[in-house]
Amino acid sequence: MRTPLRPLARILHARQEGLNPDVIEKENLKLRHEAMREKARGRAQFRLMILCASFVIAFGAIGARMGLMAATEPQEPRASAPGAEIIAQRADITDRNGRVLATNMTTHALYAHPKVMVDPKGTAQKLAELFPELDAKALERRFTDGRSFVWIRKVLSPEQMQKVHEIGDPGLLFGPREMRLYPNGMLAAHVLGGTSFGAEGVHSAEVIGTAGIEKAMDARLRDPAQGGKPLTLSIDLTLQSTIEEVLYAGMTMLNAKGAAAILMDARTGEVLALASLPTFDPNDRPNPLVDKNAEPGDSPLFNRAVQGVYELGSTFKIFATAQAMELGLVTPETMVDANAPMQWGRHKIKEFEGKNYGPLLSVTDVIAKSSNVGTAHIALMIGPLRQQAFLKSLGFFEPTPLELIEAPGARPLIPRKWPEIVTITTSYGHGMSASPMHLAAAYAAIANGGVMIKPTLLKREGPTTGVRVMSEKTAMDSVAMLRRVVTEGTASLAEVPGYEVAGKTGTADKPKKTGGYYDDKVVNTFASVFPASNPQYVLIVTLDEPQDDTLSETRRTAGWTAVPVASEIIRRVAPLMGLRPKLEPVAVDAVTAASN
Amino acid sequence: MRPVLYVLSFLALIALGFWAYRENYATQAALKEVEALQRQIVGLREALTVQKAEWAYLNRPDRLRELATVNFDRLGLLPMEPSQFGTAAQVAYPAPKLPDISFTQDVQGTITDPAGPEGL
Repeated sequence: MRTPLRPLARILHARQEGLNPDVIEKENLKLRHEAMREKARGRAQFRLMILCASFVIAFGAIGARMGLMAATEPQEPRASAPGAEIIAQRADITDRNGRVLATNMTTHALYAHPKVMVDPKGTAQKLAELFPELDAKALERRFTDGRSFVWIRKVLSPEQMQKVHEIGDPGLLFGPREMRLYPNGMLAAHVLGGTSFGAEGVHSAEVIGTAGIEKAMDARLRDPAQGGKPLTLSIDLTLQSTIEEVLYAGMTMLNAKGAAAILMDARTGEVLALASLPTFDPNDRPNPLVDKNAEPGDSPLFNRAVQGVYELGSTFKIFATAQAMELGLVTPETMVDANAPMQWGRHKIKEFEGKNYGPLLSVTDVIAKSSNVGTAHIALMIGPLRQQAFLKSLGFFEPTPLELIEAPGARPLIPRKWPEIVTITTSYGHGMSASPMHLAAAYAAIANGGVMIKPTLLKREGPTTGVRVMSEKTAMDSVAMLRRVVTEGTASLAEVPGYEVAGKTGTADKPKKTGGYYDDKVVNTFASVFPASNPQYVLIVTLDEPQDDTLSETRRTAGWTAVPVASEIIRRVAPLMGLRPKLEPVAVDAVTAASN
Repeated sequence: MRPVLYVLSFLALIALGFWAYRENYATQAALKEVEALQRQIVGLREALTVQKAEWAYLNRPDRLRELATVNFDRLGLLPMEPSQFGTAAQVAYPAPKLPDISFTQDVQGTITDPAGPEGL
């Protein structure tokens, strides 16, 4: 109820007393204002409370949701469309035609919880019977020494898993595993390398590459953003298989310790096949050698084509003549001094078996007859500095850029000083060592019209660009000279009708660890280019310590060992690449029809 | 008027509650189905990888080479040789086209069925 500001009773009373009635009105007005202020403050307080509460509720809800999300197990979105999920698998590796070289398979690992085991002793015994590599006593000790978790085996086959099931102990448990599988077995083992398990958990384990392209491309193969897209190599499975077959047969027939072969597309730099023997099975990768006295080449894991750094012998001669032609010092017909033996300081440069092709020999014949003395004179015309620069441009001073983890480690062995005697020896491939892969890349530059393209193990799309290291004319003349080696020179066994093989042999004595060279241990190399009229492919074949005993005497020159193997490889491989043999002019019949 | 409105809104509330209840269960059923399907897809994918691996394993060059050797008398397969490339000259020239028979011809005789002795 509203109180009047001038209540009549009090006013009248005040008038009677002679007081000012306005005082009463003022007092009442003050009271009324106080009441109104009180009411407004209460309302404002209430509104503030509401505002506070809504803020607390809102932030509380967000905080609670965050806490909940942090505390709960992650879960896949259930209602999302399938196919969009990340495939957390190691990507497959395929050859250039999409045939599988490496893939994954689901399998199981075996582990134990000894604390819930019913019969640790019996279980240990039964497991040891199942898996011969386990020791029953050691296993039993691990089951009973109070630990609560024991790994037993990394990978089980389904049959083994069933047998472990049949043991029936509740303490034996299985964890799912992704396993790397190489369905082709030993094929291309040195390219693929191998894998092993990295960090292991009960529910999964990471698969990591340990060698070869598996390790070099590990990040790409494990990248979830690639969505399991397979890695396509430049290797062709059919060619690889054929080359390994022929190379193995050649190696066995010639009693060689090892062999390597590289087939490369000269135009694109793609390595179509890369074989190294002896080989291994990447599914069951052998352990590296532990014996300190053993040479690395004794292990099957050693990749001779990439890691094997050898003195490559006379295959180097073509680089000296190519450079001399490029510099305009000689033409293929120029006669050079080839009078053997050649005396240089206290060194004597001799020809094979002490022959003398001199006194003068044309540059083409220097290559065809493989004259050390002739090459030495050509190299002296070039000089050490220019020779080094040219070999560097051909990639002989750096490891090959191949996508293998072993490649960067295989540095060529370069003499520290480069006096003129090194210029002479290097010109015929002694004194500096490089891998067959280096040789393949350099020969590919000659075959590709003088343009050097980086070799690769990955399939290349689109055109490739490279660096020009010599003119097209020099490259063509060099190929023609290499062709002469096959038609008239040291590699006559390399002739494959229709494929115009051009190439250069190389026989290098193996250096002793103690210094000097072995008399009866050689590395034979044949570097070839085919077809000569339109060079497309480069094939390098290297045999380690071969000898041919078929014809009464023992032969160790490349012309009798590496060359026939290479020619058989070309004969088998060229049709597989769809290379049509070039028709040779048909000989006129000896007997002609005549009428009388 | 007002009570009618109350009754109507109450009925609408019941109807909405019933609809929400049904939708909830339908959604849960759909999610369960999606989960089952996804599990099936994962299983099938795994099976596919295994089969691809098996295909690659069975088609490995070593095995094919051995099989070709073992079955040589039936298949006669040999490695490809350069001499197997043909030239256009080796392809037979297409046989000349036979002229169309555009006129009728009179034939006399009995028609017999080669399958039976009775004839037609």
